[in-house]
Amino acid sequence: MTDKDRTDTLVPDEGLAPASTALPTTDVMEELATPPRSQWRDVWDQFKSHKGAMLGAMLFIFIVAGVYLGPYLWSIDPTQIDIRARNQGPSWAHPFGTDQLGRDILARMMSGGQTSVSVGITAMLLALFLGSFIGVVAGFFRRLDGPLMRLTDLFLALPLLPLLLVMMLLFREPLSAAFGLERGIFILIVCAIGITSWMPTARIVRGDVLAIKEREFVLAARSIGTSNSQIITRHILPNVLSPIMVSATLGIATAIITESALSFLGLGFPPDFPTWGRLLFDGVDYLQQYPERVFWPGLAISLTVLSVNYLGDGLRDALDPRIRGR
Amino acid sequence: MLTFTIRRLVLAVPTLLFISLVIFLLLELAPGDPMAQVPLTVPPDVKEKMREALGLGQPMHIRFWKWIVQFFWIEPQVLIDSMFGTTFSQGDLRVISWQTRSPVMDIVVQRIPQTLWVVGTAYVVAILIALPIGIYSAYRQYSWFDQAGTFVSMVGFSVPPFFSGVLVIVIFSVQLGWFPSIYDTTHRVDDWDSFVYQLRQMIMPVMVLALQITAQLSRFMRASMLDNLNQDYVRTARAKGLSEYTVVMVHVLRNSMIPVVTVIALGIPAIFGGAIITEQVFKVNGIGQLLIGAIQANDLPMVQTLTFIFAVLIVLFNLIADVLYGILDPRIRYD
Repeated sequence: MTDKDRTDTLVPDEGLAPASTALPTTDVMEELATPPRSQWRDVWDQFKSHKGAMLGAMLFIFIVAGVYLGPYLWSIDPTQIDIRARNQGPSWAHPFGTDQLGRDILARMMSGGQTSVSVGITAMLLALFLGSFIGVVAGFFRRLDGPLMRLTDLFLALPLLPLLLVMMLLFREPLSAAFGLERGIFILIVCAIGITSWMPTARIVRGDVLAIKEREFVLAARSIGTSNSQIITRHILPNVLSPIMVSATLGIATAIITESALSFLGLGFPPDFPTWGRLLFDGVDYLQQYPERVFWPGLAISLTVLSVNYLGDGLRDALDPRIRGR
Repeated sequence: MLTFTIRRLVLAVPTLLFISLVIFLLLELAPGDPMAQVPLTVPPDVKEKMREALGLGQPMHIRFWKWIVQFFWIEPQVLIDSMFGTTFSQGDLRVISWQTRSPVMDIVVQRIPQTLWVVGTAYVVAILIALPIGIYSAYRQYSWFDQAGTFVSMVGFSVPPFFSGVLVIVIFSVQLGWFPSIYDTTHRVDDWDSFVYQLRQMIMPVMVLALQITAQLSRFMRASMLDNLNQDYVRTARAKGLSEYTVVMVHVLRNSMIPVVTVIALGIPAIFGGAIITEQVFKVNGIGQLLIGAIQANDLPMVQTLTFIFAVLIVLFNLIADVLYGILDPRIRYD
């Protein structure tokens, strides 16, 4: 593609050039002859052409489905102790073997995966909400921009993993007393990860909002008396959706890794409540005799994160109008 | 440029103060009693005295102020004393660890070399590997080398250190028996054999850390090279008849290095944080392990100090990255 026709396709998209210079060129005229296509159709077409992303999406859906629907097919209770069948290798009764208390590892992997994936998704949603809220507010209201961005910088300067560890240590007792052991620690982990990972989203969203705010359609909306909140929800938010979606996928990956890291350091979920990180941590003690016990949870974490990362990569390409359609 | 640096240095002071306040308040507001481990037979008034001996009796702001003074005023004096043999800090109370009842900074100073050795080597190795990979895969975009490099960096990006670390232990130490699985920090290098042993025990932690850093750096290097390869000045350089080597390695590389250098600077503090897990896996006796141990033992002064040291590193390297960017890229001068 030469430089000339790249600028041609870009001009109508940018909306920066005055209308008189953006005369429709021949290929734009041809485009007008074909029936209009929605933006999401284009995005989907571009996404489909990214093989890694398609594979990643399928793998991620497969893992999530396996983890949530698997227990219906594989109905062994993950907490059922069968001490006579402990430390067994793979067999038809236990495809992944059993652990030191005779619990079925496949069932534990599924229930651990439920926790890990739901922590990842919930924490991502929280971080995304915080990040987009702060980003939109900072980008839209000039007076709040300075303070909010300083706040973001301050949060970025915090040493996150040490702080997470400290938070886990300090608040696990009161929260598990207030909400029950499992739910308390779930809330704690989700909040801790959410609070410490909203900053990149906020920065990206703010940058995009700053650019979109100056466009003509926002001016038009304002001139017919649309209120600020409606401008934000109707005109700004749909246009910053693509960076938000990309950071959503990356957010799931970091949240899953962080939760596993906390569990691995012994500061995550309690031992009888498996997550992938916890299973890995428990498996390390039996590393010499049964290395597969470390392998399965580790592989599950890595595959999930890898698939989500590829998904994000493809999504970024598909949502970028400069790349799309090339 | 100088005014910019000074302004940033001045701005760093409130940032650090705020962070120290956050860390202090987080530990302060949290429930948990350092006297919880003391046997119940100890009478309450003795317990109260023990509490005061730990400096817990006073109100919050006084303790915060004392901690700040200890950290910023007394500890540097101790450092000067140990360097020049002076006696500025004589009789002053230092930050005392609750675990060992010895000054926190002394323990940190003992632990830092181990961390620096492993992490520093890993960082250097990673940079040496990542830059050529990034350059070549950008130059031959979409070749099989680029595809493989992108895949490997994606894997390195996705596999967490606590899995890759355990995996290399299983492969190289349990199955093959090549390297020791535990890092021996008491090992001294004084002859060739002990040097070889040191090398063998460092390979695995360095490998795990380097994989992660390489993955991020090579992606960044590739993107930065790709941005520059299509620029007009590259075409000009080729049109002048410069050799392909000169075009890529001099013209493009020097311009692409600008953001990469700042990313390298920004990554250094993050590496200390990431090393916490790697140190835990290989039982390296560094600051990461010190932090985990202190957290598990509820040793608040140690946790406070270590977390704050991490924060200082982040702020410092952010500053260095900003200044470097200005020095390297004449288009960005902050005046």
